[in-house]
Amino acid sequence: MGANHDDHHHAPDGRGRALRLGVGGPVGSGKTALVAALCRTLGPSLSLGVVTNDIYTTEDADFLRRAGVLDAERILAVETGCCPHTAIRDDIAANLDAVETLEHRFGPLDLVIVESGGDNLTATFSRGLADEQIFVLDVSGGDKVPRKGGPGVTTADLLVVNKTDLAPMVGADLGVMARDAAKVRGQRPVLFTSIRQDPTAATVADWVSERVMAWSHTHATPVS
Amino acid sequence: MNPALLLIADSRLPAGGHAHSGGVERAVASGAVHDVPSLSRFLRGRLHTAGALAAALTSAAALQASCTPISPAPDTTEAGTRDVTEAPPATEGGAEGGDDRESPWVRLDDEVDARTAAPAQREASRTQGRLLLRVARRVWPSSVLDELARTVPDPHHPIALGVAAHAAGATPEEAALAAAYHAISGPATAAVRLLGLDPVAVHALLAAFTPDLTAVAAQAHFAATSAYPAPHLAPRWEALPAYSAPALDLLAEQHAQAEIRLFVS
Ligand SMILES: Nc1nc2c(ncn2[C@@H]2O[C@H](COP(=O)(O)OP(=O)(O)OP(=O)(O)O)[C@@H](O)[C@H]2O)c(=O)[nH]1
Ligand SMILES: [Mg+2]
Repeated sequence: MGANHDDHHHAPDGRGRALRLGVGGPVGSGKTALVAALCRTLGPSLSLGVVTNDIYTTEDADFLRRAGVLDAERILAVETGCCPHTAIRDDIAANLDAVETLEHRFGPLDLVIVESGGDNLTATFSRGLADEQIFVLDVSGGDKVPRKGGPGVTTADLLVVNKTDLAPMVGADLGVMARDAAKVRGQRPVLFTSIRQDPTAATVADWVSERVMAWSHTHATPVS
Repeated sequence: MNPALLLIADSRLPAGGHAHSGGVERAVASGAVHDVPSLSRFLRGRLHTAGALAAALTSAAALQASCTPISPAPDTTEAGTRDVTEAPPATEGGAEGGDDRESPWVRLDDEVDARTAAPAQREASRTQGRLLLRVARRVWPSSVLDELARTVPDPHHPIALGVAAHAAGATPEEAALAAAYHAISGPATAAVRLLGLDPVAVHALLAAFTPDLTAVAAQAHFAATSAYPAPHLAPRWEALPAYSAPALDLLAEQHAQAEIRLFVS
């Protein structure tokens, strides 16, 4: 619900706007925990906004607001009408509206993170919504998931395998996961995390800040 | 029929419509809609009230747009980016002077407001209108869409739909038909998702409504042409219908308060 009262429909080439980072992956893999960690780690140095896509409540947005990692007004929730993957892939209008509302209210921003509603392995972000995307799996889904592939695992700009602290408990072999992921992803990076053990998600935050730097170099506002 | 109408009426038009149930989600939650026959009654009521109203207002918007000659959007290639916050020159669509309050789009938007009693319905209509306007400006660039965005950035959905249909080359009567279809197709799809109804049975239901769609669109268009007797005459707003559906208004208000929901409206 972004009540924008100005004409700020952006040109689609991305110049002069924030990097848009999609965070997707199956239900409960730790997407919201990762978004909170990124806000914690990057918030002091970057100007951020967050859009959440909850399935039937505003739970994720409320969690992030309560966590106090970011000003509450910089977090917007979008409803997705039973179809979380539609809202990030086929009909991105409501998400774009929310992203642009944040940029308009608080801009210029460096980074807008869009968390998708937890869905299945086929849900990926449209390039019209996210410039970069992270796909978050967790080890408790089983160490076979990277082998099964799917567009999220295969094509995301970064694959995060979270909850490594649980690996011994669920009998997941991280070596197998790393090998299978490398097989389907080629050169694309994979990071193993335990946000429980490292609430700053330092390795992922490094990757994101590097992407933000690269984006701001290539998409600076032309000097007028 | 202009083929662009197919694109405008297609539920896959990426303008955010998939997240709106038109009151069906709350009607399902209350038990009022629970199977195909009860959905049929809901859709019939919706089509002949909210749908007929939306169709007339959409047709009116398309007619008003047709008073403004279409010109292609300004060339954007040279500047690299187009500063969309910069207003295009005002068109001579009946506005006297440069005051936006006098803009015919502001006036028509006020007429829609006056016919949309529930605040939740207004909000849902404006949200969908804003998203449709954004999509239409990229798909069918035209000065009349730019002018609408400048004077009413959050237009009601029927206004955005009528102007988008015009920009796409459809007639005002075709625009009314798209609005009537929109009034039932979105809620029907939402019911399929919420209740797990047989999608083929629901499509058969929609097919059975096609004579009603034709009739509603024709009546709506008749009302709109009465409201715009001639390009040089002031619109007769009172010729536009003002049907209401108190049950839909109540459902919309309840939905806006609901803690758990899947659809925006
Ligand atoms: N053990 C362990 N638990 C974690 C870790 N990261 C997140 N969790 C927990 O996993 C649960 C789900 O985390 P969320 O961040 O809500 O997951 P999500 O992917 O956002 O879930 P949805 O949005 O519902 O799809 C929460 O109880 C987290 O505390 C981790 O590294 N280790
Ligand atoms: Mg979450």
